[in-house]
Amino acid sequence: MNNSSSETTVMPDDQGTSLWQDAWIKLSKNRLALFGLAVLVTLILVSLLTPLIAPYGYEEQNLDMGATAPSLQHWLGTDIFGRDMLTRIMYGGRVSLMVGFIATAVALVIGILWGATAGFFGGRLDAVMMRIVDVLYALPFMIFIILLMVVFGRNILLLFLAIGAVEWLTMARIVRSQVMSLRNQEFVEAAHSLGLSQWTIIRRHIIPNTLGPVIVYTTLTIPSVMLLEAFLSFLGLGIQPPESSWGLLINYGVETMEEFPWLLIFPGIALSLTLFALNFLGDGLRDALDPRTSKD
Amino acid sequence: MAILEVSGLKVYFHTRNGVVKAVDDVSFSVDSGETLAIVGESGSGKSVTCYSLLDLLPKPPAKIEGGTALFNGHDLLTCSAAEMRQHRCNDIAVIFQDPMTSLNPFLTIGEQLIEPLIYHPNKDQVTSRAEAKEKAVALLDEVGIIDPEVRFDCYPHEFSGGMRQRVMIAMALITEPKLLICDEPTTALDVTIQAQILELIKKLQETRNVAVIFISHDLGVVAGIADKVMVMCDGTIRETGDTDNIFYKTKDEYTKKLLAAIPEGAKTLPNRCNTDEALVEVTNLKTYFRNQAAAAKDDESQFVKAVNDVSLTISRGEILGLVGESGSGKSTLGRSILQLAPTTAGSVSFNKQVLTGMTPKKLVPWRQKMQMIFQDPYASLNPRMTVFETLSEPLLYHGLATQKTIAAQVKTLMDDVGLAQAQLRKYPHEFSGGQRQRIAIGRAIATKPEFIIADEPVSALDVTIQAQILDLILNLVERHNLTMMFISHDLSVVRYISDRVIIMNRGVIIEQGDTEALWAHPKQQYTQDLLSAIPLADPVSERNRIASR
Repeated sequence: MNNSSSETTVMPDDQGTSLWQDAWIKLSKNRLALFGLAVLVTLILVSLLTPLIAPYGYEEQNLDMGATAPSLQHWLGTDIFGRDMLTRIMYGGRVSLMVGFIATAVALVIGILWGATAGFFGGRLDAVMMRIVDVLYALPFMIFIILLMVVFGRNILLLFLAIGAVEWLTMARIVRSQVMSLRNQEFVEAAHSLGLSQWTIIRRHIIPNTLGPVIVYTTLTIPSVMLLEAFLSFLGLGIQPPESSWGLLINYGVETMEEFPWLLIFPGIALSLTLFALNFLGDGLRDALDPRTSKD
Repeated sequence: MAILEVSGLKVYFHTRNGVVKAVDDVSFSVDSGETLAIVGESGSGKSVTCYSLLDLLPKPPAKIEGGTALFNGHDLLTCSAAEMRQHRCNDIAVIFQDPMTSLNPFLTIGEQLIEPLIYHPNKDQVTSRAEAKEKAVALLDEVGIIDPEVRFDCYPHEFSGGMRQRVMIAMALITEPKLLICDEPTTALDVTIQAQILELIKKLQETRNVAVIFISHDLGVVAGIADKVMVMCDGTIRETGDTDNIFYKTKDEYTKKLLAAIPEGAKTLPNRCNTDEALVEVTNLKTYFRNQAAAAKDDESQFVKAVNDVSLTISRGEILGLVGESGSGKSTLGRSILQLAPTTAGSVSFNKQVLTGMTPKKLVPWRQKMQMIFQDPYASLNPRMTVFETLSEPLLYHGLATQKTIAAQVKTLMDDVGLAQAQLRKYPHEFSGGQRQRIAIGRAIATKPEFIIADEPVSALDVTIQAQILDLILNLVERHNLTMMFISHDLSVVRYISDRVIIMNRGVIIEQGDTEALWAHPKQQYTQDLLSAIPLADPVSERNRIASR
């Protein structure tokens, strides 16, 4: 979106705008999507600034205090070790959002490239590439992660990569099936007859037309990745206390749900808010990137 | 008394962008044993009119706003769902356009044929399976299916297009309806098959004395079989009358325009080819596809021979028409010449340069000189690119324009193909079929090619639009000094546009020659059959032809 202004100055107004510029214009008219975008940006900013603005340290304990309900000192209450929940949720958001976005981005890039290549060229290459996907699908995910952890040690970045390395499989399949139906369309053949290189065709004519399902799947992947991280952490393979993540907080919150409901409710709200925002933004993006929806 | 009497029918579509009056105050009537043809271009409301009678429209957005449709005295528009089922089961049948999609691929045709008989809503009218089968087999025989006993248990994919349409007709007739609605029943079929199906409908109608409503966009098709013709445009009736009156003595401007748009007669422009210089030379070209279905690995049945040993030359400046029915390999030949389909053997040379066997990289400069116009303007444009992007892509890619000059160059292109410059930033879906085809043509001529292959460029278009696009193509050929290969199944169009014609069937060339000479004296039987099957917009000669068979 950055170069949009420079492009429009070169082109006179009636030359039209690119898909992305149009998408931005349409997105900015979609209130729900803008709301989602605003929430996400706020969450990301808060996460980035957490060490500066968090009211307490994330490992600051007050064992005498124990779990207390929300109060003026501790807006969202404290956990059983007397740690401030607001602080822990803010620190947890750093991990959860990072896992969500980085792992999904990894899945997105590998999945689209792999799926588009296999679908576009077809034949033997497609067969080999998709068998690799099948084999990876068949590997038990837990064993794969545990192996990685054992070999490389527990490392947060590695965790992101490992999750991404599993999630891209579905993405590759979705993109491949889309591309296979696009490949035989006449406009792709027209691009061939213009002498465009294969890569140009994939980039300009194929991938933009697969965006709809990809965006929808992405908005579904981010939350599932966040929950996956919680699961791994729960098993002791991911984040360990005193560090926190939303998934981890929710897991501990569930254990004490009846006595101290705020330990479950507040991290739950944080996660749900993110999911809502993502869905609104995802729907908005899908509509905005489809020229068939009207501009007004 | 008329069996169906429609008066003041109004069907509106309530869409987000306002109310569309799809059918506005339409009245007509049909008698038993009579054929009413409803003719109009796409969007004229001809199909909506008939579907509203059978309650087949999606509601909402469609809403019947007024009028009556009396079928034997009962109003079809206000009857209950149960009564409507009765009518559909007993009285009114429909034959749809596309025989490929209107049969269920998972059921045998026999099962589909007897369905209305053994699952009849009236318990006392239910027939036994054995009886129903007997009836179905007799009917299959009547519509010209050979070996009906055996074919009864076959699945739709085991039939050809024409045979499927025969099955559809049998399916429509099995309940012995009093009214038969045919919605473009021959549009998806080859011309020789079309002639057979039209004859069949005519014959069955006479023996069974049913009323027929025949919907078509093609005046030529209805000329021979209609008793009355109703011309529709934009949801209203322009004119209703006897077939002869409509064709020979029409006073309506729109009908005149429709009749004038039918391509008839020879090419009016002279042949621009004045040299013997061959631009494109094809020698013993073979394009085979591996047959997925073939079980045996012997050499013969393993391949589908789409193009089998074809040699031809196209001289600089001429328009060569390539005619063939579906499956004749004409499109594959076009794609093989442009190196878009992998060839098996033989060679294609352009301007004395052999193209077959070149790497994709080496082909790029040649691609600039050879372009293609595709059949379906809805599929041949990237839906996510604006007109500007679509037209500028070939120019920028081949380095024929710079960022500074591109705006002016694209505008020139738009002028060339007759599009308003204000539409540059619109996306394909915002255009009509004819305008889209203009964009596609613009893209093809953008690189200033010497040779263009047009693959059925007008067969998805309405007849008046078709005439405009054909004139545009002729005009561009003239102005840009193009050589063209024009592929079509429509013989009238090919005669109208080409200097020389090649007739193709089953992957081989049957006959070739100068257009008028070939039309006057076709040598091969196949060519003669093909030429005699062309429907003409002339009721008297059409009726004579059907009677003489």
